Amino acid sequence: MLFMRRSHSVLPGFGLALGFTLAYLSLLVLIPLSAAFARTFTISWEAFLAHVTAPRVVASLQLSFGAALAAAAVNAVFGLLVAWVLVRYRFPGRRVVDALVDLPFALPTAVAGIALTAIYAGNGWLGEPLLALTGVKVAFTPLGVFVALTFIGLPFVVRTVQPVLEDLEKELEEAAQSLGATPAQTFSRVILPTVMPALLTGFALAFARAVGEYGSVIFIAGNMPLVSEIAPLIIIAKLEQYDYAGATSVAVVMLVASFLLLLLVNLLQWWSRRYAENRD
Amino acid sequence: MASIASSAPLVRATARRRPVAWVPIVLVGVALAYLSLFLFVPLFAVFFEALRKGWGVYLAAIREPDAWSAVKLTLLAAAIAVPLNLVFGVAAAWAIAKFDFGGKSLLITLIDLPFSVSPVISGLIYVLMFGLQGWFGPWLAEHELKVVFAVPGIVLATVFVTFPFVARELIPLMQAQGREEEEAAVLLGANAWQLLWRVTLPNVKWGLLYGVILCNARAMGEFGAVSVVSGHVRGYTNTLPLHIEILYNEYNFAAAFACASLLALLALVTLVLKTAVESRQAREQRP
Amino acid sequence: MIHRTLSRLAFAVAALAATPALAEVTLLNVSYDPTRELYQDYNKAFAAHWEAKTKEKVTIRQSHGGAGKQARAVIDGLEADVVTLALAYDIDAIAEKAKLLPADWQKRLPHNSAPYTSTIIFLVRKGNPRGIRDWDDLVRAGVSVITPNPKTSGGARWNYLAAWGYALRKYGSEAKARDFIAALYRNVAVLDSGARGSTTTFVERGIGDVLISWENEAYLALKELGPGKFEIVTPSLSILAEPPVTVVDRNVDKKGTRKVAEAYLQYWYTPQAQEIAARNYYRPIDPKVAAKFEKQFAKVSLFGIDEVFGGWQKAQKAHFADGGTFDQLYQPGKK
Repeated sequence: MLFMRRSHSVLPGFGLALGFTLAYLSLLVLIPLSAAFARTFTISWEAFLAHVTAPRVVASLQLSFGAALAAAAVNAVFGLLVAWVLVRYRFPGRRVVDALVDLPFALPTAVAGIALTAIYAGNGWLGEPLLALTGVKVAFTPLGVFVALTFIGLPFVVRTVQPVLEDLEKELEEAAQSLGATPAQTFSRVILPTVMPALLTGFALAFARAVGEYGSVIFIAGNMPLVSEIAPLIIIAKLEQYDYAGATSVAVVMLVASFLLLLLVNLLQWWSRRYAENRD
Repeated sequence: MASIASSAPLVRATARRRPVAWVPIVLVGVALAYLSLFLFVPLFAVFFEALRKGWGVYLAAIREPDAWSAVKLTLLAAAIAVPLNLVFGVAAAWAIAKFDFGGKSLLITLIDLPFSVSPVISGLIYVLMFGLQGWFGPWLAEHELKVVFAVPGIVLATVFVTFPFVARELIPLMQAQGREEEEAAVLLGANAWQLLWRVTLPNVKWGLLYGVILCNARAMGEFGAVSVVSGHVRGYTNTLPLHIEILYNEYNFAAAFACASLLALLALVTLVLKTAVESRQAREQRP
Repeated sequence: MIHRTLSRLAFAVAALAATPALAEVTLLNVSYDPTRELYQDYNKAFAAHWEAKTKEKVTIRQSHGGAGKQARAVIDGLEADVVTLALAYDIDAIAEKAKLLPADWQKRLPHNSAPYTSTIIFLVRKGNPRGIRDWDDLVRAGVSVITPNPKTSGGARWNYLAAWGYALRKYGSEAKARDFIAALYRNVAVLDSGARGSTTTFVERGIGDVLISWENEAYLALKELGPGKFEIVTPSLSILAEPPVTVVDRNVDKKGTRKVAEAYLQYWYTPQAQEIAARNYYRPIDPKVAAKFEKQFAKVSLFGIDEVFGGWQKAQKAHFADGGTFDQLYQPGKK
């Protein structure tokens, strides 16, 4: 049964703690979120479908999910690398770097957006040489969306993988090496399987955070309909036309997607913990 | 772990045997290049732009009354949101980590949900609830109560976006610690309060602090959700991130970045605190 | 003893609560983005005027943002005493959706309740390297245009309608106007969500050959951001933009601020206030003040939104609603 205790425990406070948790969760999160659903249900199913399958909406959802996926993938690869470097090597300024990794989490997204746009615009510090050398434009293209989403998703993979790498027993690697495994083999057969659950979690967190991102993206995206317009901006644009039902329709699609994604991550973690426990 | 000797080479592997010396250098180099592109350069740009017109402009921007009222509102919102989510985090973690019940994954997912909800939606839902056209709007208006476009709305939005952080920090920690210690305490006659104050909280204090720090950092920096419920009344319902946007829109770039650097500094202080907490924690865990 | 202290305390509290209402009133003016500087000046002038006249101190709080967003905030309960927005459509929405003011609000003040006007012009880079003189130059191949998104920005809708009106008059048919608009928006490089964002993109980021902009915004940008780096080009024909102002009846009646709120808006129609508008590059409606500032504004023939589009309600529905003309014409994926 949902939220019913399975086994008796001597510990006190289950009813109080769970009751408070559910009440607080309902008041602050579930009931307000249900307002979005309720507003959507004021329109018919056909109208809902018409809203969410309009070309601009589909394009924006594709961009939001696609760019978030790409940014999370890049963060998975480089985040793993950063975590590895921070855990395994000593170099000057390591602690500073370690502390700074969390910065995108704490910096207001609007500030991040403005700073990134200034840097990656055609006349910016990085945008100008990039344009001159490769002809690639970053700001005001879908690539700009990707850059902003990479920035805000950066801490998540590093922070989930780091503790696992710290716990990783070096003996295992050394044993593998002394048995004649190449570094590549050691990495793919020993290290990667161990960090995989954490890596996937970090990836999913970075993805979940990036899908809904608004503040940093609108400055750098260029916001061209069908090209570089993200889904949260569509919601705003619909609100500007006083189309609340249309706005909440898109919001509901995003909410359901986020929920399913997070549920998948949590089931994955639960499954991997159980797997690890059974193996012990 | 190996300590850094004074004659240590620039980059040194801590593993005892590392056959290829260039691998660490390349890896560190690539990692730093990646971080530079996405992290260091933007951070540097904030401070560079803030000080471009000199210290005078910088200080004037920070001392401006509207900036001050924005700082105060930001601190107030964080001061309410963080303790609320702290109490919630402890309760949720206690229920989830110390007991077995059905639907745990679902509950954790629901707690996580605010993390991945677009900030635009987070603000919108409170407008749908408490706005004049919303569910409780007319009732609130009749009783002269204001929620959205006033401080309570800003606090609510802040609570929403920082909702999961303390709980998410505590749940895995308390799960890993198991329940033996608490069970022993109960058998020895401890009551619920003693259990909480003497056994559970001391065990998780560093995780708790880390959660609070994350929660606070996010609370002060939130932009999108607060923007929807604020009403942008200058000197009145503007938080610091919103004030920055306003300055930017007034072409007052130096002042905008000056205030931004204030938030970046706040973030940096937070991160230094966090690092201190972590090293403290690591030292305590070592026997 | 206790009783006396209590009653004294109660008196003090009552006095505290009552004092501000007597000696000081606060108005909230909810406005759109480009009027920040204008209302900074105007609020100062009005506060001085009101204090001299009635001995009452008035503080005016300002809220600025995209016009649609601001109107929505008022609909959802932001207690504005007056709204001063970019287009009548947004105030119509407040009247229609929240019934906070009567539907015929626009008749309450002279000149369609628009005490200052503006128009849509071009900002180009120094020396006008692409030789932009009129709307036709904006649809030439290779010219990069900056304008905000009409879906999210009131100013952008004026830009769009100005171009449409020009094409309609010059080429004589709706079909040709559609082609013109389609070609124009094919040249748009960045579609920011607001007018200020577009100006920043053009001026600070160096993107685009021409910025379509409010006249007052262009002059302000010229003054604030790059004297000597940009030039203003006035097209042969443009739209008469009338940003309207009005009192929000339900809010002022609730707060008891109707008198001062109405006086606040009526003050716009005095010569002093008209000069403030002109100094902030808005076109004054007072003919005397207009004559005084004649040199500041380029001569341009203007058409009104009512004569070409039949008013804002119709224009909004036909052009900017989902599936409207803008959505049909603006398809950057297909060329």
